[in-house]
Amino acid sequence: MTATESPERTATTGSPRPSRRGDRAFEGVVRTSALTILVALLAVFVFLAIEGWVGLTSDAATYAPFTSFASYIGPLIVSTLLASAIALVVAVPFSIAVALFISHYAPRRLASALGYVIDLLAAVPSVVFGLWGGRYLAGYLQPAHVWLHDHVGFIPIFGDPSPNGRSLFTAGIVLSIMIMPIMTAISREVFLQTPRLHEEAALALGATRWEMIRYAVFPYARSGMVSGVMLGLGRALGETMAVAMVLATTPTTTLNVIGTASPPTIAANIALNYKEATPERQSLLIATGLVLFVVTFVVNFAARWVAGRSERRLNR
Amino acid sequence: MSSAPMSISHPRLPRWAPGLVGVMALALAGLPALLSGWGLVKWIVAAIVVFLVAMPLWSRLIEGRRAAVDRFVTALIWTAFAIAVSPLVWLLYVVIRSGAPAINGQFLSVSMLNVIGDEQGGIFHALIGTLLITVAAAVISIPIGILTAVYLVEYGKRSRMARVITFLVDVMTGIPSIVAGLFALALLVLLFGTAFRAGIGGSIALSLLMIPTVVRSSEEMMRLVPDDLREASYALGVPKWRTITRVVLPTALAGIVTGVVLAISRVIGETAPLLVVAGATDGVNANLFDGRMTTLPVFIFSQYASSTPVGYQRAWGGALVLIALVMVLNLIARIIGRIFSPAKGH
Repeated sequence: MTATESPERTATTGSPRPSRRGDRAFEGVVRTSALTILVALLAVFVFLAIEGWVGLTSDAATYAPFTSFASYIGPLIVSTLLASAIALVVAVPFSIAVALFISHYAPRRLASALGYVIDLLAAVPSVVFGLWGGRYLAGYLQPAHVWLHDHVGFIPIFGDPSPNGRSLFTAGIVLSIMIMPIMTAISREVFLQTPRLHEEAALALGATRWEMIRYAVFPYARSGMVSGVMLGLGRALGETMAVAMVLATTPTTTLNVIGTASPPTIAANIALNYKEATPERQSLLIATGLVLFVVTFVVNFAARWVAGRSERRLNR
Repeated sequence: MSSAPMSISHPRLPRWAPGLVGVMALALAGLPALLSGWGLVKWIVAAIVVFLVAMPLWSRLIEGRRAAVDRFVTALIWTAFAIAVSPLVWLLYVVIRSGAPAINGQFLSVSMLNVIGDEQGGIFHALIGTLLITVAAAVISIPIGILTAVYLVEYGKRSRMARVITFLVDVMTGIPSIVAGLFALALLVLLFGTAFRAGIGGSIALSLLMIPTVVRSSEEMMRLVPDDLREASYALGVPKWRTITRVVLPTALAGIVTGVVLAISRVIGETAPLLVVAGATDGVNANLFDGRMTTLPVFIFSQYASSTPVGYQRAWGGALVLIALVMVLNLIARIIGRIFSPAKGH
């Protein structure tokens, strides 16, 4: 091996070792690939901006049946926010409960296996969720649509119920199932990081298990939970296929989340209209994609920042 | 409560109390279930409701308010877990039941070329497309991912750039897949004209989604390699880059491979980016660099979108194959991780 010679030579002559060149080349390669990631992320923004710029200010015909970019993307944004809100409202309590179950309630021997089951849920491809949501779940949830309309119909988002259940509401439920694993994973991690001494101190003072969790685990894990919820929100905003396959869409403006006709979410709109090959429409879709990218980037950025800040605070 | 005489120990319910209440709740809910012919699901839901009321009530009477709240929350959390798992079970059941009849030798070995109406079609072209696009994505992202992890662990340490990259990699895991697809589309359109579509665009999009996963898992694994090994190698005069390639990477290899396989299983089911940039076609296209290319998820989507019974049938068949692929990859990753994991303890 050449390596065995080099230290001797350095020791005798003090000249730079020949292997330094290999070292430097390797470091260059490694550094370049790290930079590639920065470049890629920048490229995403730049290319979307270049191609989408035209879509922001085309002539009115491009935006048919609307007339401007703002009026085209407005209903899409409303739908995106509504679907994500439904998904979060359903998924947040469940993911925290499931994370607690795995970290504090499940029998110790089963815990990791049960965590694996939740991970499997994350492994199911979104197109399969969409297929299942459109063909099965929608039908089962249809009575829930009627119930919501009958009992809480005074809230404007619960208007006339859809006869087949393929509504924004069902799409939101499917989204909630899809974002639950990531939120569970993050919460589970921070729950498990709670110092054992805090927990044991609480128990020693006579707290029940729930009180221990409320007073020792939750305060410690709060920012981790917030960051998990925001990551879930990022997922929900950008999830495409499940919404595209569950929702029966029309380009109207409505707040009714349980009706037959809702505008699609931004992501689903892109997937449903990608076949429109005219260059203007294509750059319009890319422009909406740019909006989606910026929004999800900001949400993810904030989520990671919150998580990082709490980590720094706890490490101090 | 406050007027009660002070005592050291509280009365507690016996260990078998939840079991007893559970059985009684099932029985109690079983009565109307039998009488009015409820299904299994309705019966269990009713039993859970009975349990959620009865258990805290009994506990309240014997053990006091705080213990009752504790028991209620415990029951609630078990219930939540059961509900959270039920979609997975339901979905797997539905996919297997609806997909199994569609699968036969022909389904796996012919394409959709010249298939009209209700004729038997197949997913061969989609399998080829998925294979090629995924392999190309892996070829792009594995070197970049692992080398970046090497930089973060061995060179960057605590430098500002390393911290920025770690942060951005985390943020990158949240990029919506459709945005990755649009990026690849914008790239192709800019370079080759508006109508150009090719499988390689799909690979670019997928690698954008894959790189962060590979970086994170490789980084984690390389951090587990004990510093003793590196120092022993340096002490023998081995240069840093050979230490990394000959000592650090081989030691972390099993973990890295596990991460890579998991990343592949994650992107193999991606639909939206491929729909946008690789499009769909009925025949086999084995050229990554020209022409539309169907992948399995896109096949499922387009068959679903056809809204015909035979289309649904094919979609379910495709879904079963896809789920099986993903599960097998997951299993392989687990097995590799389990078999080789003791190595990191040296």
